[in-house]
Amino acid sequence: MLFTSYGFLGFLAVLFLLYYIIPRKCQWGLLLGAGYLFYFLAGAEYVPYLLVTTVTIWFAAYRIEDNADRQAAYLKEHRAELSKEEKKAYKDRQKKVRLGWILGGILLNIGILAVLKYTNFAIANINGLLGAFGQTGRLSFLTLALPLGISFYTFQAVGYLIDVYRGTVRAQRNPFRFALFVSFFPQLVQGPISRFGDLAESLYGEHRFDGKTVSFGLQRILWGYFKKMVIADRMLVGVNAIIGDTDAYHGAYVLVGMFFYALELYADFTGGIDITIGIAQTLGITLQENFQRPFFSKSLKEYWRRWHISMGTWFRDYIFYPISVCKFMQKFNKFSRRHFGEKVGKRLPVYLSSFVVWFATGIWHGASWNFIAWGLGNWAVLMVSETLEPLYARFHQRFGAGGRGYAAFEVARTFLLVSMLRTFDCYRSVPVTFRMFGSLFTARNWNILWDGSLLCLGLTALDYGILAVGTFVLVSVSLIQRKGSVRERIAAKPYPLRFALWYGLFLAVLLAGAYGIGYDASQFIYNQF
Amino acid sequence: MEELMEILNNLHPDVDFETEERLVDDKILDSFDIVSLIAEINETFDIAITAKDILPENFNSAKALYALIQKLEEEA
Repeated sequence: MLFTSYGFLGFLAVLFLLYYIIPRKCQWGLLLGAGYLFYFLAGAEYVPYLLVTTVTIWFAAYRIEDNADRQAAYLKEHRAELSKEEKKAYKDRQKKVRLGWILGGILLNIGILAVLKYTNFAIANINGLLGAFGQTGRLSFLTLALPLGISFYTFQAVGYLIDVYRGTVRAQRNPFRFALFVSFFPQLVQGPISRFGDLAESLYGEHRFDGKTVSFGLQRILWGYFKKMVIADRMLVGVNAIIGDTDAYHGAYVLVGMFFYALELYADFTGGIDITIGIAQTLGITLQENFQRPFFSKSLKEYWRRWHISMGTWFRDYIFYPISVCKFMQKFNKFSRRHFGEKVGKRLPVYLSSFVVWFATGIWHGASWNFIAWGLGNWAVLMVSETLEPLYARFHQRFGAGGRGYAAFEVARTFLLVSMLRTFDCYRSVPVTFRMFGSLFTARNWNILWDGSLLCLGLTALDYGILAVGTFVLVSVSLIQRKGSVRERIAAKPYPLRFALWYGLFLAVLLAGAYGIGYDASQFIYNQF
Repeated sequence: MEELMEILNNLHPDVDFETEERLVDDKILDSFDIVSLIAEINETFDIAITAKDILPENFNSAKALYALIQKLEEEA
């Protein structure tokens, strides 16, 4: 049962009715039941994985907090009789116990994710190496089912465990309530990766029916479907045609595919998140925003602060910071400053931590060298930009770079860069991607942009018209959004205008949504991550 | 406090750390700045700022950062 199926809409309608009829203190229980039903319908064989993560993380967090509480109570009780050294020794012993629980919880759950997601990738690489060394033997691939949304719910649960360990949130003692945090169905399959501290109050709270909140939620859902079905699924047809036949579609087609894919991914993922946040809103639950108009960014660094925000902050808080400030890195910092000088030396540890983060980001997106190349490509650009920042500052000062024209140039440059890097996700291998980039300079087939060849990609002139209008609407809404909530502005308009706008959007999804043969409305790109 | 102000001013000479109270919230300090800052502070004050201390409320102002340093010095 997927977001774009009729079954899902029926499921939502029934849930919505029940949610506002039953006693409010039972609402969270209903959501838990709905989450597990949703997951069961997605694949009954996946449910045990969800349960294992829920139970192990809940128990480990419970034991960590229990230990921390007992430590505090013991130290308070024996404050007078213990020496400073004795207190320190006791604290160190207890810390080791907590460390055991957190490492156990993380290793088990990331281990499950790693085995299911990366075993066959590892086998493929080992086979490749065997072949390279002239060996004829090959390892067989395993049949492993990847549970829906495992990357998202594992990260969300592990984030919670780390927060409890750090003492930034109190553990949820009720295992069923915790199970809801891991299985809240709108965000189960593609995020956002919520933090327990941000979501708990809203998730477990009692919610009265509020007309404005519900209608805003429904409007957000509709907007999400517009992005997904009118724009993303239509562009997907063109993207699939271009990347599916590299012999026929090279040169200028690569550029077309690159921009198509960038827009498709944006419309697909932000549309999916709009639906997710909208569903939660109709239930009175506030999820964090995952995007802040990323294509208006003036640099790649800024883009990554505005795209898939919950994933970026997860990697920052739970991987980048711990690695950057660990004892080894502090020693490496001193070493590199001593040997490479103050300026270069202090950058090296940051580059190293970032490398780990971007490698992890790449492989988190998919078990293939394409994603690793994409992640490390981002890393390389970010590090070069960081290193050259003083040079940019001098350039800007000297040539007075500023103003709207230059800002527009920076936005266009960032969009081009992001789109180029994303191309690594598309083609079947990294060498093919490079070959395709190379063909941009050798094929000399720029005439395909205007001679009607683009009409052979499975998209008609009407499709291109719809895509042009859809993209125009998308950009316009983003521009208006800079000044505040678009829905609030629309809500302030006279009724006939409001009705026309929302009914028009509804009709657009109904009539211009991509349905039928050739279109794949069943899957969101980020579901597979 | 003077040593801390020197570290901060070396990192971002253009920022008024005496008055600024939203260094993280307003994205004046990014994650790279924070990591560089921690390395310098750990060395200068002989303390160990860990990942769990990296919270906006500890890095939003020079005053808050100094309070964190003092707390960690006491605990050491």
